[in-house]
Amino acid sequence: MEKTNKMTKGKVAGIIANLVFVEVDGPVQQNEICYINLGETRLMAEVIKVIGTQAYVQVFESTRGLKVDDTVDFTGHMLEVTLGPGILSKNFDGLQNDLDKMEGVFLKRGEHTNPLEDDKKWEFKPIAKPGDVLEAGGWLGEVKENWMPHKIMIPFKFDGKYTIKSIVDEGNYTIKDTIAVVTDENGKDIDLTMVQKWPVKLAVKAYKEKPRPFKLLETGVRVIDTLNPIAEGGTGFIPGPFGTGKTVLQHALSKQAEADMIIVAACGERANEVVEIFTEFPELDDPRTGRKLMERTTIIANTSNMPVAAREASVYTAMTLAEYYRAMGLKILLLADSTSRWAQALREMSNRMEELPGQDAFPMDLPAIISNFYSRAGFTYLNNGSTGSITFIGTVSPAGGNLKEPVTESTKKAARCFYALSQQRADSKRYPAIDPLESYSKYAEYPELEEYFRDSIDPEWPEKIRLARDILIRSREVAEQINILGDDGVPVEYHERFWKGEVMDFIICQQDAFDKVDCSAPLERQKYMLNLVLDIYHTDFTFESFEEVSTYFKKVINTLKQMNYSVYESEKYYESEKEFNSLIEERKTA
Amino acid sequence: METKAFQKIYTKITQITKATCSLKATGVGYEEMAIVNGRLAQVVKIMGDEVTLQIFSGTEGVPTNAEVVFLGRPPVLKVSDELSGRFFNAYGEPIDGGPEIEGEERQIGGPSVNPVRRKQPSEFIPTGIAGIDLNNALVTGQKIPFFADPDQPFNQVMANVALRADADKIILGGMGLTNDDYLYYKSVFDNAGALDRIISFVNTTENPPVERILVPDMALTAAEYFAVDKKQKVLVLLTDMTLYADALSIVSNRMDQIPSKDSMPGSLYSDLAKIYEKAVQFPDGGSITIIAVTTLSGGDITHAIPDNTGYITEGQLFLRKDTDIGKVIVDPFRSLSRLKQLVIGKKTRGDHPQVMNAAVRLYADAANAKTKLENGFDLTDYDERALRFAKDYSDKLLAIDVNIKVDQMLSTSWNLFAEHFEPAEVGIKQEFVDQYWPKNN
Repeated sequence: MEKTNKMTKGKVAGIIANLVFVEVDGPVQQNEICYINLGETRLMAEVIKVIGTQAYVQVFESTRGLKVDDTVDFTGHMLEVTLGPGILSKNFDGLQNDLDKMEGVFLKRGEHTNPLEDDKKWEFKPIAKPGDVLEAGGWLGEVKENWMPHKIMIPFKFDGKYTIKSIVDEGNYTIKDTIAVVTDENGKDIDLTMVQKWPVKLAVKAYKEKPRPFKLLETGVRVIDTLNPIAEGGTGFIPGPFGTGKTVLQHALSKQAEADMIIVAACGERANEVVEIFTEFPELDDPRTGRKLMERTTIIANTSNMPVAAREASVYTAMTLAEYYRAMGLKILLLADSTSRWAQALREMSNRMEELPGQDAFPMDLPAIISNFYSRAGFTYLNNGSTGSITFIGTVSPAGGNLKEPVTESTKKAARCFYALSQQRADSKRYPAIDPLESYSKYAEYPELEEYFRDSIDPEWPEKIRLARDILIRSREVAEQINILGDDGVPVEYHERFWKGEVMDFIICQQDAFDKVDCSAPLERQKYMLNLVLDIYHTDFTFESFEEVSTYFKKVINTLKQMNYSVYESEKYYESEKEFNSLIEERKTA
Repeated sequence: METKAFQKIYTKITQITKATCSLKATGVGYEEMAIVNGRLAQVVKIMGDEVTLQIFSGTEGVPTNAEVVFLGRPPVLKVSDELSGRFFNAYGEPIDGGPEIEGEERQIGGPSVNPVRRKQPSEFIPTGIAGIDLNNALVTGQKIPFFADPDQPFNQVMANVALRADADKIILGGMGLTNDDYLYYKSVFDNAGALDRIISFVNTTENPPVERILVPDMALTAAEYFAVDKKQKVLVLLTDMTLYADALSIVSNRMDQIPSKDSMPGSLYSDLAKIYEKAVQFPDGGSITIIAVTTLSGGDITHAIPDNTGYITEGQLFLRKDTDIGKVIVDPFRSLSRLKQLVIGKKTRGDHPQVMNAAVRLYADAANAKTKLENGFDLTDYDERALRFAKDYSDKLLAIDVNIKVDQMLSTSWNLFAEHFEPAEVGIKQEFVDQYWPKNN
C-alpha cells in the first residue's frame, strides 16, 4: 500500500470555494491527502479527481485568502485515522483532531491535534506468546482503557501470517514503545507499537465470518424492543421531518442501549445538541457498569457550521473507530446524526465539479455509497472465535418531510430496520413519534431471532408481538370508521376495540424520554406491561354507551401510565396495579 | 472604503455578467475584497490568472475599462463600543448621518466556535407571552425563527420579545426590510428608550438584493465582539431570512451552478447553518441568541428555505389567527422550542412540563372535536368541554397580547383544567394534581 516515492509537490492553479485545482509535479492517487500551505497554515485537502497533471482537491477548511501558486505537499496516503488506546471518552472532529486539545474559543484553520497521548503510560498485559502465529487483527495483548479491555492487535494493514518473535512483559508502556517483534512470511522482523493507522474509506476485514444477526439489542425503548426490535449487529434508520424527535430518540438510544461502547457521529447537525452530549454524558450513570456514560463513549463532532468536506469524512472516521473496537470482541453501537447532511456534502462537491446530477441534484452514485457504508456494520466472528458487533443506526432528515427523496429511498434499501417518525404523532405529542405500524424491523421475521425471543423472553413472544400489532391496526381501522360514520354511527363494541388499541398506544408505544423512570424500560418490565395490555384485550367488557367507553379507558390508561412512571416493583407500582385490577373487575363482563 | 496609495489598478475587464465581472490579475487571495469603479466586489473564483468578482450592487453600467483595485483583505467590520445605538448599511457604513466608527477591524464570517468550548444553554428568557414562555420557552444561546406568512404581525411580536428579553445588546439585521418596517423598528426601539443598546444593519428593499448576503455576517461579527470581548448577552434579530436565501439563489444562478430543490443552491443548508450556528452560550456568561423571521408562502413549510431552516434552528414559532377569539395566537401544535427542556421545570416550577403537555393534548382533543362538529356529528359531553377549554386557553394564554409571569401562566392553566375537566382526564402525575389542583372547585 505504501510506496516510498519522493513525495509529490504541487502549486495552486485555481480556487472555487473549497474546491482547489492543483498543478502537480509527480504521481498522485485518488483520495490522497495533501496539505496546502497558506503562509504558516497548512490546510488539509483530499484528491477527488485527477485530469492530466491537474489534481482536483476538496479542502477540509475555509480557503479564504488562498492564492494561485501557493505550494502543496502530497502525503502519499489516503485519509487515515490513528488507532490505539486513548480513543474512548474523546471528542474528535471529523478528521480525528482532539477538540479538547485545541486552543481558544474559535476553531483555528489548519490546527491539527494529536488524537492520542504520546506520553501516557498504559498497563500492558501480553496475551500472545513468542512462537504464536497471528493474522491481521490478532490479539497481542491488552491494556485497560477506562474499564474496557483494549486489545493491542497485529495492524489491519498486515497481509498473511506473522510469527511472534518476542513480546514485552507485563508493565507500563507508552503507545510509542515497541511492545512486540513479529516475523513475516519472508522472515523479515517488524517492530510493533500499540498504534496503527487505517484509511477510513476502506472497510476493516479482520474477521472470520459475518453471520446473520441473531440476538436482540436491548434499547429500553418499548416501541423498538417490543414492536420493532433491532438485532445486535443490525442496521436501522430513523427518518423524520424536523421537530419529530429524532435527536431525543438518538440520545435515548445512546444512553440506554446495551452496548460496550457508543460512538456518536454528529454529522452536520446542531452544535448545541453535541454540547448536550458533552455536558450530560460525563454526568450520567451507565446503568450496566455503575460508571459514567462518557467512559464508554466517543464523539465525532462535525457540526453544521464546521467545514462541509470534513462532514463526509466524519462518518467514515466514526465507522473505522467502530471497526477497530469490534475487532477487540466488543459490542459497538454507532449512531450517525444525520446521514442526510453527509449526502448533502457529497452533493455540494459534485455540484462544484460540474458532474451531471441525479435526482434532486444528488450525485448519481449516492445509493451505492450509502449501501456500501451500511454494509460495514454487522455481527462478526473474529479469527480467534470471539464475537464482536457494530449496530448502526443512522438518522435521515428528509427534505420537506418527504420520504420519497433520494437519501431516504437509498437508505431504505440498505437498512433493515425502519423507524418512521410521524409528524401527526409528534403534533399530538405522542412521543416517541415512531409510527408503530409504518415502522418495521426485518429482524423480527428472522427465524434465528424468533428462536432467541422464545428462549430468552417468553415462549409465545413472537405471537404476542404479532397480536399487539394487529390490535393497533384494528384500532386504527375502527378510528377511521368512527371518523366517517360518527360516534353513534358505529356499535359500542367498535369503541371498545378502538380504545383497546389506544391503551396499547399510550402504554407500550408512548414513553416519556424526560422522565427518570419511564425513559428506559428493561425487557422484563416491557414484557410485564405488554401482558397487562394484552389481558385487557382478552377481557370482555360491558358498556351501555360509547361515552362510558372512553371515560373508562381513559381511567385505565391513566392508572397504567402511573405504573410506567413508578419504579419497577415499587410500592407505588403495585398500588397502581391494584387500582388497575379493581378497574378491570368493575367493568368485566361476568 | 478608501483606496490606498501604491495599489495596483487594473483597467481591463474581460467578461461581464449580471452579477460578476472577470479580469486578469495576479497575487489575489480567495474571498478578497475589491472595488470596481467605486462599487464593492468580492473574489468568488480564481482560475489561473483569471479572477472572477461578484459585484454586490450589480454590474449595471460597469464598463470594460472600469478601474479595479484589490483591497488585500476579506470583508471587515470595525468593532468597538461606538457601534451602540447606530444604524449601518450592509457594508457596515453608517447611514444615520453619524461619524465613522473607530475600532479594530474584524473579518466577517469568521471561524466557528469549537463545540467543546460551548456551554449548554440554561438561562431562561422570559417574554411574558404565554404561547412562548409556557409552551415554547426560549433559552440564551438558542436560535429560533418565526415561520410566518407575510401578512402576520411577526415584526411586532419580535420587537416585543426583543424589548422584554433581558439582553445587553440587541442587534437587528434587516434584509429586504421595507422602509416602513425599518421605521417601525426604529420608532419602537426609540420609544422604549432602548436605542443605546441597539445596533442595526439594514438593507432595505431600495438597496440591491445581493448586498443582503453581507447583513447576517455583519450583525453576527458585531454580536461576537460584544459576546466574546465584552461577555454580554446579545440578542440578534434577523428578518427576513427568506429574502437572504433568495439573494443566495440569485448569485448561484448567475454563477451557473446547478440548482437543487426549489431552485435554491445545493449549499443552502450549510450557508444557513453558518449563520444560525453563531448562536452560542459561552462559559463566561456571554451569549448570542438569534431570533429570525422566515416568511412562508401560503404556510408551506416543505419549501427548501423553511425546511432547511427547521433542521438547523432549535425549533420554530408559528403565528396563526384564531378566528374563534379573533386574535393572533402562537400555534401550540406547530411551534416548538427544542431547548425548552433545559429550563422548564428546572428554572421554572416543577409542574411546568406536565401542565404544558396536558394543555396541548387537551387542545388537540378540542381540534378533533371541531373536526367532528364540522363533519356534522354529535359531540360528546367531553368534546363540548374540550371546545370550551380550547377557547379559554387560546384567549387567556396563547394570544400574543398576553403579558404575564410564568407562575401566573401555570395557575391560569390549572384553573382552566379544573373548570372543564376531571383530574383523570387531564392525566398529570398525581403528586402535582394533589399540590396544584384548585381545591374550591
